[in-house]
Amino acid sequence: MSTTAPELRLPPSRHLTPPEVRELERTWSDRPGILGWLATVDHKHIARRFIVTCFVFFLLGGLLAAAMRMQLARPENDLLGPDLYNQIFTMHGSTMMFLFAVPVMQAVAIYFVPLMVGARNIAFPRTAAFSYWILLAGGVFLFVGFVLNIGPDVGWFAYVPLSGPQYSPGKRADWWAQMITFTEVSALLASICIIATVFKLRAPGMTLTRIPLFVWASLVTAFMILFAMPAVMLASTMLIMDRLIGTHFFNPADGGDALLWQHLFWFFGHPEVYIIFIPGLGMLSSIIAPFARRPIYGYPAMVLSLIATAFLGFALWVHHMFATNVAELGKSFFTAASMVIAIPTAIQIFCWIATLWTGKLNFRTPLLYVLGFFFILILGGLTGVMLASVSLDTQIHDTFFVVAHLHYVLIGGAVFPLFGAFYYWFPKMTGRMLSERLGRWNFWLFFIGFNVAFFPMHILGLEGMPRRVYTYPAELGWGTLNLVSTLGAVTIAVSVLLFILNVVVSLRRGALAPDNPWGAGTLEWATSSPPPACNFVDVPIVHGREPLWQPTRGPEYVTGLATHAREVLVTSVVDALPDQRLMQPDSTIWPFVSSLAVSAMFVGSIFNPWAIVWGAIPVAIALTAWFWPGREETRKALALEKAP
Amino acid sequence: MRSERLLIAIAAVALVAACQRETRTFTQPPAGGVTLNAVQLTPLHAGAEPPQPPVPNGYQQNAYAMSQGKRLFSAYNCNGCHANGGGGSGPPLMDDVWIYGSDPQNIFATIVEGRPNGMPSFRGRIPDDQIWQLVAYIRSMSGLAPSDAAPSRNDSLSTKVSESRQDTQKPVQGGSEPAPSPQ
Amino acid sequence: MLLAMLPMATPLAGAAPFQNALNPTGIQAAHIYTLWNVMLGVCTVVFVATMIGLLIALRRGGRGDETTPAEVARFGDPERIAHRSVVASVAISIALLLFLLAASVFTDRALARLPLQNALTLDITAHQFWWEVQYNDDPPSRNFITANELQIPVGRPVIARLHSDDVIHSLWVPNLHGKKDLIPGETSLIQFRADKAGDYRGQCAEFCGWQHAWMAFNVKALPPSDFERWAEQQRHSAPEPATDIAKRGRDVFESGPCGMCHNIQGTNAHGQFAPDLTHVASRPTLAAGRLPNTPEHMMAWIVNPQQFKPGANMPAVPLSPDDLRALVAYLQTLK
Repeated sequence: MSTTAPELRLPPSRHLTPPEVRELERTWSDRPGILGWLATVDHKHIARRFIVTCFVFFLLGGLLAAAMRMQLARPENDLLGPDLYNQIFTMHGSTMMFLFAVPVMQAVAIYFVPLMVGARNIAFPRTAAFSYWILLAGGVFLFVGFVLNIGPDVGWFAYVPLSGPQYSPGKRADWWAQMITFTEVSALLASICIIATVFKLRAPGMTLTRIPLFVWASLVTAFMILFAMPAVMLASTMLIMDRLIGTHFFNPADGGDALLWQHLFWFFGHPEVYIIFIPGLGMLSSIIAPFARRPIYGYPAMVLSLIATAFLGFALWVHHMFATNVAELGKSFFTAASMVIAIPTAIQIFCWIATLWTGKLNFRTPLLYVLGFFFILILGGLTGVMLASVSLDTQIHDTFFVVAHLHYVLIGGAVFPLFGAFYYWFPKMTGRMLSERLGRWNFWLFFIGFNVAFFPMHILGLEGMPRRVYTYPAELGWGTLNLVSTLGAVTIAVSVLLFILNVVVSLRRGALAPDNPWGAGTLEWATSSPPPACNFVDVPIVHGREPLWQPTRGPEYVTGLATHAREVLVTSVVDALPDQRLMQPDSTIWPFVSSLAVSAMFVGSIFNPWAIVWGAIPVAIALTAWFWPGREETRKALALEKAP
Repeated sequence: MRSERLLIAIAAVALVAACQRETRTFTQPPAGGVTLNAVQLTPLHAGAEPPQPPVPNGYQQNAYAMSQGKRLFSAYNCNGCHANGGGGSGPPLMDDVWIYGSDPQNIFATIVEGRPNGMPSFRGRIPDDQIWQLVAYIRSMSGLAPSDAAPSRNDSLSTKVSESRQDTQKPVQGGSEPAPSPQ
Repeated sequence: MLLAMLPMATPLAGAAPFQNALNPTGIQAAHIYTLWNVMLGVCTVVFVATMIGLLIALRRGGRGDETTPAEVARFGDPERIAHRSVVASVAISIALLLFLLAASVFTDRALARLPLQNALTLDITAHQFWWEVQYNDDPPSRNFITANELQIPVGRPVIARLHSDDVIHSLWVPNLHGKKDLIPGETSLIQFRADKAGDYRGQCAEFCGWQHAWMAFNVKALPPSDFERWAEQQRHSAPEPATDIAKRGRDVFESGPCGMCHNIQGTNAHGQFAPDLTHVASRPTLAAGRLPNTPEHMMAWIVNPQQFKPGANMPAVPLSPDDLRALVAYLQTLK
C-alpha cells in the first residue's frame, strides 16, 4: 500500500508535445486559492463537492431517522414529543428526497456523463456550478430553520389544509415551501446541463446507439425532471401565496380545492421517485458489464425500458390518492398504469440476469451491491404491485406497509446501486482503491440491517399501525416488531460508519488505482485516475458501444483543438458528427455570487412579498456580471475564429 | 471583525424572534389572578407612573397562541357581538378606539370582568390561558401583532383582510361608551 | 416461505386482533383479505422464482477478474437462448400482472356491490383530534350524536357520510374495511358491514397534526337487538343526578368552563366544539382512545389534558379537588 498521494499523472499525448500537454492542463485547471475554489467551473470539482454535500445530508437524514426509531422502539415512549417528532419526520423525508436522493444522482451524472461521452467538460459549466451552490444554500437554509425552530412539521408532502394558513401558524410551512424552490431550481438547471452534454458534446463516432446505458438513464432522468419539477414548484408557490398574501388556491370556502394540492404534488411526487430510481438502473448497467466481462444483453430493450418507465411514471400519480373521493373508475385506470410500469423494470431485470448468466463473474463489492439491489428492489417492486390495487391499498395506504415499500424500492433501487457505484467509481475519482474487506463488511451489515429494519414494517402495517405517529398504545402488541426494526436501524448506522471509515482510510492509504482497475469498457476508464483537468489529453473517437473493449478501426483521436483556450468539440445529436468548436468560459466567481443573491431573494420572500421586487436587483446585477463577456476571453475567441 | 459581530447580532435576533414566534406551548402557565388586581382602567393616577404588571407569558408574538385565539374567537361566539372585528351590538375590535385600554392586561380584564352595556363576564368560563390567547388574537385584529406571527387567512369565506396584512391601528385610549343599541 | 406464513404470523408477532387487517370480521375487509392472499401468493412465487433464476445465474456464470478478456463477440451474436428466455419471462410477467389486475378490479366491484337494504346511515365529522358521529334515523327527531365511538348492528350495512371540520383525516377500521379520507369541503362515503360481534378499534390514518397518533375510536359490533337498546338509550337526555355529590358535579359542569365547549343533553351546557358528553360514561375510552374510562383517568384528564395529548384543544380546567371529584362523580352517571 502506498503512502503518498497519487500524483496527477498526465497521460502522454499521441499528437501533442509535452509542453503543449502542460499548457492544456494549465488552461483547464482552476485558479489557486479560496477564490479559485469558489470560482470553479470544472464539472469534476463541482460534482465532487456535490456528492460530498449530498452525503452529509444523507447522514443528517439518517440521524433524524435514528431519532425516530429510538422514539418508536417502545410503545408510549416519551423520548420525543409530538411537535418535535413531526418536525423530525418532516425533515427526514424532505432531506432524503430533496437534498440527497435527487441531487446525488445528478451529481454522479455531472461527474461521469462528460467523461463517458468523451467530452472535456459539461455543457453550460457556470450553470452547473450555480446549481450546486443553490442546492447547498437550500439545504443549509432548511437545517438553519430546523435549528431555529422554524423547521417544517407538516410532512415532506405538506398536505393542505394542515399546511395552510389556518392550521399551520407561523413560518414553518413557508420555510418548507421555499426550500422546494431552492432544490427544484438546482435540479432543473443541472438537468439542462446534462441534456445539452448528452446531445451535443459527445465524442465523434459515439452515435446515440453507442452511448452507455448510464448516460441514457441520466438523459431520461433529466427530461423527467424538466416535466415534473414545475408541478411542485407551482404548488409550493401557490401555498406560499395562500399563506402570505391571502390567495384561495386551496380554500374550499372561496372556490379553491384541498385536493388540488394533492394532484399537483403527486404529479411531481410520483415521477420524483423514478427520477431517483432510473439513475440507479443506469449505475447497475455500468457495474454489471465489467463485472460479468461482457456487454449488457439487450441494449435496445434496456434503452426502450428506461424511456417507457419515464413516460409511464407520469401516469401513476393518483395511486397516492386512492383513499380520497376521486372517482372510482378513474382510480382503476391508475391501478392498471401502476401495474404496467412493472413491465419495463422486469425487462431490465431479466436482461441483467441473462447478462450475469452468460458472463464470467468478478465478485467484488460493487457486484455485491448489485445483488443486494436484486433482492431488495424486486421485493419492493412486488409490494408496489400490491399497493397498486385500489381495494388492497385502502387497507395498507398510510400504514407502515407503505413505509416498508418505499424504503425497499428507494434504498434497494437507488441507494444500493449508489453505494455500488461509489465502490466502482471511487478509484477513478480519487486515484485510490477502497478496501475490499471493509467493503464486504459494509455491504453485509447494510443488507442484513436493512432487511431487519424494514421487513417487519410490512407486518406492522397489515396489523393496523398507521404512519406518521409519534407513539402507539401498548395493548396493540406492536412493540416487539418495532424494537426489532430499531435494532436493524442501528445495524444500518454501523454499516454507514464502516463506509465512512473505508473512505477516510482509503483516501490516505488505499492502493493506488490504475487507469482501469476493473477492466471496464467505457470511456471514463480511458483516462488517468483521477482524470486530468482537461479530462482527455486526446479526445477519443468512438467506434463501438464499449470503446475500450472493442478494437478500433480508423482514426482514434481528435486533433486541432486549442491548448491555450478551453475549446470543446460540439457534435451532431444523433450521429455525433463533428459540428463546431465551442469555447467554454474560464473559472468565474459569478455563479457563486448569483446564488447568494438568489438565496437572499428567496429567503426574504417568505416574510414579505416585496422581497421579490427588491431582491431582484442584486440578482440582476449578478447575472449581468455573469454573462458580461470578459475581455481576455473575447480576445482569445476572436483569435481562434480568425485562425483556428 | 465588525462584520462578524454584526452577523452574530443578526443571528441572535433571528434566533430569539423565531423561537418566540414558532414555539408551540402546550402546557399551561399558572393562573393570572395577580395580574388582574394590578390592572388600571384609566391612565390617570396620583404620583409617579406605577410599574406595569408583567404579562405572564410570551403569547403576544407567538403564532400558535394567536391562531388558537382566532379559533376560540368564533368557538366562544365573540363574533356574535363583535362580528369578525367590525362590531355589531358590540364595539369594533379592528379599529384604533379602545374604550377600556389596549394593553394585554386591559383586554384580559375586560374579558374576565365583563363591561357595562353588554360585555359578559367570562370569569370561570374560559381558563386564563385561553383568555391570554384571545387577548393576543384581539390585538392582532387591529394590526398590533408582528405580521409574521399574526394569523393569515382562514379556510372559510373571507370577511376581511387577514390579521397578518392588517395595517397597524395605533390605539387611541378612551373614547365613549357606545349608546345602548336597540336590542 | 416466510411470507406465506404471514397470515398465521399475527398471533406469533403478538399483535392484537382488534385493529388488524389480517383479521377481517366484515365483508368488505374479507374481500380485501382474499385479494391480499392472492397477491401474496403470486408475488411470493414470482419473487422466489426470480431469486432462483439469479442464484442459478450466479452459479452458472464462470469466474473472471479484471484481466479476463471481455466477450466482445457478443456484439454480433443474436444470443437466441437469452432472447427466448427473456421474452418468455416477460410474457409470464405480463400474464401474471393481468391476472392480478383482474383480481383487483373484481375486488373493487365486489366492494362497490355491498347490498345496502335497511342500511344504517351515519354522518361522521372528523375534528382535530376527535370523532363526531351522528346516527341518522327516520324521523330526524330520532337522530342522536355521540363521540369517539361507533356501535353498529351485526349483519346490517352501514353507510357513513364523511366530513371534516378542519384538516384532512382518514377513517380506518381495519377489521371492517379499508380507509377513506375525510376532506374539508367535500363529502365522502364509506359503506361496510360487520359480520361478527366484537370490539374493534379504528384510528385516524391521515396525518392531521400533533395528536394524529391518539385520534382513535372504539367500534363495537352488537347483535341487532342490543344495538337497538343502545340506540334508544342514546336518544335519552342525561338523567337527573341522584346523589348530592352528583348534583354538585352537575352544577360545576354548568357553571364552569365545560359548557362553553361540551354538550350534555338535558342540562344548560350546549357547547358544540367538543365531544358530546351526554352518555360519556357508556364509552370504554376517553379522549379518542387515549385513556381508559375510569374515574381516576377522567380526573387526570380534566386536570391536565396536555400531559396525555399535548396539542389537543382541551385546556386544563382549574378546579378545587372537591369540585373535581363531584364533577367526575356526575359524569360517571351519564350512561
